[in-house]
Amino acid sequence: MTDNHVNTEPESMTIIAFSGDLDKLWPTMILSSTAAANGMDVTVFYTFWGLFPLVKDDVRITGYDAMTKMLAGMNAPGMKKAKLSKMEMGGMGHWMMRKVAKKNNLMPPEDLFEMAKDMGVHMWPCQMTMDLLGIEPDQMVDGLGDPVGAATALKKMANSNISLFI
Amino acid sequence: MSDPKTTVDAKGQSCPMPVLMTAKAAKELAPGETMLIEATDNGARSDIPAWVEQTGNELIESSEDAGVMRFLVRKK
Repeated sequence: MTDNHVNTEPESMTIIAFSGDLDKLWPTMILSSTAAANGMDVTVFYTFWGLFPLVKDDVRITGYDAMTKMLAGMNAPGMKKAKLSKMEMGGMGHWMMRKVAKKNNLMPPEDLFEMAKDMGVHMWPCQMTMDLLGIEPDQMVDGLGDPVGAATALKKMANSNISLFI
Repeated sequence: MSDPKTTVDAKGQSCPMPVLMTAKAAKELAPGETMLIEATDNGARSDIPAWVEQTGNELIESSEDAGVMRFLVRKK
């Protein structure tokens, strides 16, 4: 992909995926996959609520005690279960949004996520959030990079042409 | 003009699929070979030329007929 650039480092983009909401996951997946298609070196750092979408869809609950389990319950781990940030209306919102997207041939975020991974986008889970929320490595989807911390994410951002917080 | 080596049928696909399909097809091309991209997504009108420029490839020609955009691209 990068062999089109002569004598230059590939451009780089880093996204901090902070939100686990469906309507935020979509732009994250669209921009990261497209940037990779453009030949860019792309990294997505998943932190706080952004980590829940990386949990496998068949893992119903994560956490190590009542409170972290409750947090997981409220945030519905798994990308297919992601809700809208507003007008969710008790589950109607994300269902309607997915319906509309399908009608307009917009790929669901979980499919774009798989494509982004195939195209070499680095997916970094936040180690601190994993510890905080009690999300185990084996509860998360395959193909992720090693968990890293804020300093590693910042180092990547400092060397990126584009950095986004979504 | 020689026939394109491959055709990317992105008709009916929405953003960002035409670009992702184009990038995937470009990987299979040798430098100098061409591909034809067909799309109906209105975003593709600017997105395909933007991708071509960003990746340093060459847009040989583009046309539009009955809602179908066609881009002939040469891999550099």
